[in-house]
Amino acid sequence: MAEVKTTYDFDQMLSNAREAYGEELMRMADDGLDFVFTYTDNVAPSSSAGRFAAKYPDRCFNFGIAEPNQVGASCGLALSGMVVYAQVFGPFLSLRSADQIHTDIAYNDVNVRLIGTHAGVTAGGGPTHNCIADLALYRAIPNLTVFVPADAGQCVKGIRRSFDFKGPMIIRIDRGGSPSVYADQSYEFEFGKAIETVSGNDLTIISAGSSVYWSMMGAKILRERHGVNARVIDMHTVKPMDYAMIDKCADETGVIVTVEEASINGGHGGGVAEYLMERGYNGKFKRVGLPDEFAVLGDPDEVYRYYGMDPEGVAKTVWELLHK
Amino acid sequence: MADMETVKKLEDTSYKIRHDLLNFIYRIGMGHLGGELSVVEVAVALYYKYLNYDIKNPRWEDRDRLVLSKGHCSETLYTIFADLGAYTMDYIVEHFEVLDKSQFGMHSNRKYCPYIEASAGSLGHGLPIAVGMALGARYQKKNWRTFVIVGDGELDEGTNWEALMAGAQFRLGNLVAVCDKNRLQMTGETNAIMNIDPLDEKLRAFGWDVIVIDDGNDMEQVCAAFEKLPEPDYTVRRRPTFIISNTVKGKGVDFMENNHKWHGGGIAKEQLDEALASVKKNRRVR
Repeated sequence: MAEVKTTYDFDQMLSNAREAYGEELMRMADDGLDFVFTYTDNVAPSSSAGRFAAKYPDRCFNFGIAEPNQVGASCGLALSGMVVYAQVFGPFLSLRSADQIHTDIAYNDVNVRLIGTHAGVTAGGGPTHNCIADLALYRAIPNLTVFVPADAGQCVKGIRRSFDFKGPMIIRIDRGGSPSVYADQSYEFEFGKAIETVSGNDLTIISAGSSVYWSMMGAKILRERHGVNARVIDMHTVKPMDYAMIDKCADETGVIVTVEEASINGGHGGGVAEYLMERGYNGKFKRVGLPDEFAVLGDPDEVYRYYGMDPEGVAKTVWELLHK
Repeated sequence: MADMETVKKLEDTSYKIRHDLLNFIYRIGMGHLGGELSVVEVAVALYYKYLNYDIKNPRWEDRDRLVLSKGHCSETLYTIFADLGAYTMDYIVEHFEVLDKSQFGMHSNRKYCPYIEASAGSLGHGLPIAVGMALGARYQKKNWRTFVIVGDGELDEGTNWEALMAGAQFRLGNLVAVCDKNRLQMTGETNAIMNIDPLDEKLRAFGWDVIVIDDGNDMEQVCAAFEKLPEPDYTVRRRPTFIISNTVKGKGVDFMENNHKWHGGGIAKEQLDEALASVKKNRRVR
């Protein structure tokens, strides 16, 4: 496998997937790709998606504050023959529009890419605006591909690649700036194919989304402080999950930790756990994520730190697991 | 106006569809006869006259779209597809909810059956989907129409009202909704359970043009309503159209008419015989 260049050793370089996807839609439209875009009234005119909608008004439709109708109409647009990108505020996409995702999008098998923003607790504002149950829900809906980009650059790759993708897709992104994982975009990317971002043979940390970076920083702490070499996997496609990669890591490292910015129940970590159990894995295993409670209120970074999802927390969990 | 000869032909077809539908439901042992019988005239008028549609080419891209939002009444459409030559009724029965041979279900699936435009079953989904289809037609500079049939009980679902707002907001003159207003839902009278009236006033207030059919089981009146539809010109933005079709649940079968208990279920052989006799007796002959 070609070496993947990451920003692992650099200071955090913030990039914004929410801005990046809008910019990519603009480039795709400028390149002559034909698609339509639906959104609810959470796209600021000053954002890249807002600028895209201003430049291409005929193909952009604002559905107000009505997510189920937006998702249903996105299905109709796709059935009329279009590829559809839809930005939906993530917490209301997964919960309020669950029936539409299940029936209109997945069951009807349409080419709609539902871009759920504000993953995890990144919206701020408390549990009404937290997006924590979505991964568990999406995993249980047949015929959904669930893409959780690790950074803005990967989001761009996925947005562009998804134009030719057959069938429905969820694209789950944060609210705002998150550290870049990949130093450049030359690496190979394929939906369903996980990426090893840090090599190591003492244990494996499998993550998705922003938590890939936390995991890499946690691995750095483990190496510098304890001489432990953690492998880090970017499981950017939570569904279908790259089971071959899980097999490889289980066989080669024997200790597995999952990290995700979602409820630990039923999401990414749950998927890894289910697979490991059924394959007869006997090694150590631990999930890191939001516990089974409505999250405390606070700045997202502080909330994640509170629940041990930041680099220090990940390193601590791994270290304790190794010595259990 | 549709000439009387056309109306008569459509009435004859409606009689045949009722006859075949009852036999169909008897054979498969399940259905939603009340709503399937009430919507017959509207469905027949659409498929045999007003839809720009070719049964031999169900994915023809310029066809008019019909979304049956009250998806539990799909057996009416299957019966029509058979009558139009897409299948035999025997074939449909042999492929109705039989595990890996299934092509037809109580709730329609577009992947199994290419004549179905959108898989349906969960209520309140058809109108939003139809809004998207109509937007898609306009965006692609196509002059096909989108029709959607909803039930009156179904209008309790809030997504319908989100979609009604959107249809008016986007000024989708190429969109036509039809409410098969048979006044009953599963456990009783629609308006006793959750009053949707005055429906016409509500719809006008939501920005739609409204056409009321006093008797949606009278083919002449049904045709007159469809004749009033505006041309689906994608360059023209105007109010979408909502047809309120006042119908009778269980229409044509005396012991089913206006009885909510015939919302769902199967029928026994004796009931079939009585129902067929009743449909024959009530058949309008000009």
